[in-house]
Amino acid sequence: MTDLSSRDLMGDRKVVVDAFARRHRFKWYEAIPWLVAIACYFLFENYHALGAQIFATILFALSLDLLIGFAGIVTLGHAAFFGVGAYAAGVMAANGWQEPFSEILVAAIVASGVGFVSGLIVLRTAGLTLLMQTLVVAALLQELANKWSSVTGGSDGLLGMKIDPIFGAFRFDLFGDTAYVYCLGVLFIGWLLARNIVYSSFGRSLTGIRENANRMHAIGAPVDRRKIIIYTISAALAGVSGALIAQTTALVGLNTLALSKSGELIIMLVIGGIGRLYGGFIGVPLYMIAQDRFSQIDPIYWYFWIGLFMILVVVFARGGVLGVFERFNQRRRSR
Amino acid sequence: MSEFLSITISILFHGVAMAMVLYLISVGLSVTMGLMGFVNLAHGAFAMAGGYTLVILMKQHNLPFGVALVVAIAICVVLSLILERLLYRRLYGGDELDQVLMTMGLIFASVGAATYLFGPVSQSLEPPAMLRGQINFLGRDFPTYRSFLILCGALVVTALWLGLERTRFGAQIRASVDNLRMAQTLGINTSRLFTTAFALGSGLAALGGGLGADFLNVGPNYALEYLVYFLIVVAVGGLGSIRGPFVAALIVGVSDTAFKYLAPQYGAFFIYAITMAILLWRPRGLFGQSA
Repeated sequence: MTDLSSRDLMGDRKVVVDAFARRHRFKWYEAIPWLVAIACYFLFENYHALGAQIFATILFALSLDLLIGFAGIVTLGHAAFFGVGAYAAGVMAANGWQEPFSEILVAAIVASGVGFVSGLIVLRTAGLTLLMQTLVVAALLQELANKWSSVTGGSDGLLGMKIDPIFGAFRFDLFGDTAYVYCLGVLFIGWLLARNIVYSSFGRSLTGIRENANRMHAIGAPVDRRKIIIYTISAALAGVSGALIAQTTALVGLNTLALSKSGELIIMLVIGGIGRLYGGFIGVPLYMIAQDRFSQIDPIYWYFWIGLFMILVVVFARGGVLGVFERFNQRRRSR
Repeated sequence: MSEFLSITISILFHGVAMAMVLYLISVGLSVTMGLMGFVNLAHGAFAMAGGYTLVILMKQHNLPFGVALVVAIAICVVLSLILERLLYRRLYGGDELDQVLMTMGLIFASVGAATYLFGPVSQSLEPPAMLRGQINFLGRDFPTYRSFLILCGALVVTALWLGLERTRFGAQIRASVDNLRMAQTLGINTSRLFTTAFALGSGLAALGGGLGADFLNVGPNYALEYLVYFLIVVAVGGLGSIRGPFVAALIVGVSDTAFKYLAPQYGAFFIYAITMAILLWRPRGLFGQSA
C-alpha cells in the first residue's frame, strides 16, 4: 500500500517536472521576433538607426515587465535606472573610456546598485506610497543630474561622447548599421536572461507574490528579499538599455530620467500586453514607429491620441494586443 | 538678528501660501484614495483645467476675478462628473495597475489637449487691481495676493473640517473611509457618496489650481510636472486623512521655500530627501491608520 502511494507520488512528481520542462522549452513562435528583426535589416535599410532605438527600448520594456507584470511592483520611476545607466556609459565615453562592452557592464553595475539601495527603502511600502516613492527616486536623480552639471552637462545634456569600434572592428556609423546589430545582440542576451528568470522557480514565486503576498509569507517564501532581488535585476537591465541608447545616439539628456519617460514606457508595454514577456516586442515597435510617422505630421496631437488610446485599451482591450489575441484564441478553441 | 527674523518670517509666509495651494489641490486626492482606494494620478489635470479656465475667462472674456473663479470651478466639477461616470466608475475596486494605466492615459491626453487648446507656453494669472501690490501688517509689507491666498486657504480648510465633522455628509464620508462594507450595510448610498466626494475634490483642485497659478505655472505639462508634489502631500500625510495632508502640505511648502531660498544650488533635492526620510520612519505617512 505504502509502495503504491509512494510510486504514485513519484509519478505525480514526474508529471510536474515534465510540465515545468515543457513550459521552459522554446516554442516555434518565440523565433518570430528575431526572424522579423533580421528580415527588417535587409528590408528597411534607411531605418537602421530607428531600429536600434527600438531594440534598446524593448530591453527597457522587458525590464519593466519583470517588475510590473511578474512581480506586481507598480512603479512610476523606472526611468531612474535607465537614466543612471545612460549617464554612467555617457560619462565614461565623454572622459576617455571608449570600449562599449565594458561601458555596458559598468552601467549595469551602477544601475543595479541604485536599484538595490532604493529598493531597500521603496519596497517597504505599497500602492500609492510606492508609486510616490519610485517617482521621488527618479526626481531626486534628475535633480542631481541637473545640478551636478560639471559631470553631467546639466540641462544642456552630456555631449562629446566617443565610442570605440565593437571588437575593434565595427565602427558605429551614421546610418546605424552597426548599432542595429549591436542593440539586437544585447537585447537577445537580455531576453534570454529575462526568460530564464520568468520560467525559473524564482520567477514562479514572484508571480505568487504578485497574486497574494500574504500567502507567500505563510508558506515561508522570503517575500521581501525576492522583491529586492528582482528589483535589482530589473534595474540592471534598464541600465543596460540606457547605456545602449547613450552609445548609439551619443547624447544623454535630463529627459532620460523624467516621469514622461517612465509613463511612455508603461504605455508601450500596455499596448503590447503586460506580464507576457513579449509585450515589449509588440508595443515598443508599434509606439515608436507610429510616433516616428505621426510626430512628423503633427507633434502636438501625439500625446492626446496616445493618452486616449491608452484609456481605451484599459477599458475595452485589457491585456493589450497579446491579451486580445489570447482571448481570440481561447474563443476559437472553445468552439 | 533682525535680518534672521525677517528671513524666517518671509520664508514662513511664502511657504504657508504655497502649502495652502498644495493642500487645496491634494485633499481631494487623499479622499478619493481613502474612500475608493482609487489611485487617481490624473488629479492634477483638474487643477490644470481650473487654472486654464480662470486665466482664459479673465483674459479673453474680461470676466471679473471672483466670477471667473466660480465659473472655472463649476466647469471642472461638471467635467469631473462626466469623467467619473464614463471612466473612473468602471475601475472602482479593480486592479491598481488598471487605475494607474487609465489615469496615466488621462494625464497624457490632458497634456495633448492643453497644448492644442492653449499652446505650449504657460499662462500667467493677472490678479485684479485690488489684490495687487503690498499690504502693511505689523510694520511689514506683504504681497497682497499671497496674503489673500492664505486667507482663502484658511477659510476653505475651516469650512472643510467643519463640514466633515458636523454635517451628515461628513459623517457618511468618515464612516465609509473607516469601513466601506459596514457603511453600505447601514444603508449609506456609497455610490452617490463616491460621486459627490469625487466632484468636491475636483472642485477644490480647480480652486487650488486657479488661485495657485503663481506658484504652479499653468502650462500643458502641469499634471506631469507637479504630480510628484501632490503624491508627496498625500502619502506623507497618510491616505484618507483630511488633516494629514494639511500638515504634510505645510512641511512641503515651508521646507521647499526655505531650501530654494537658502540653498538654491540644490534645487528641489532636499524636499525629496526629506520625503524619503519621513516615509522610512513612518511608511504609512504621518497620520495614516495602522493596518
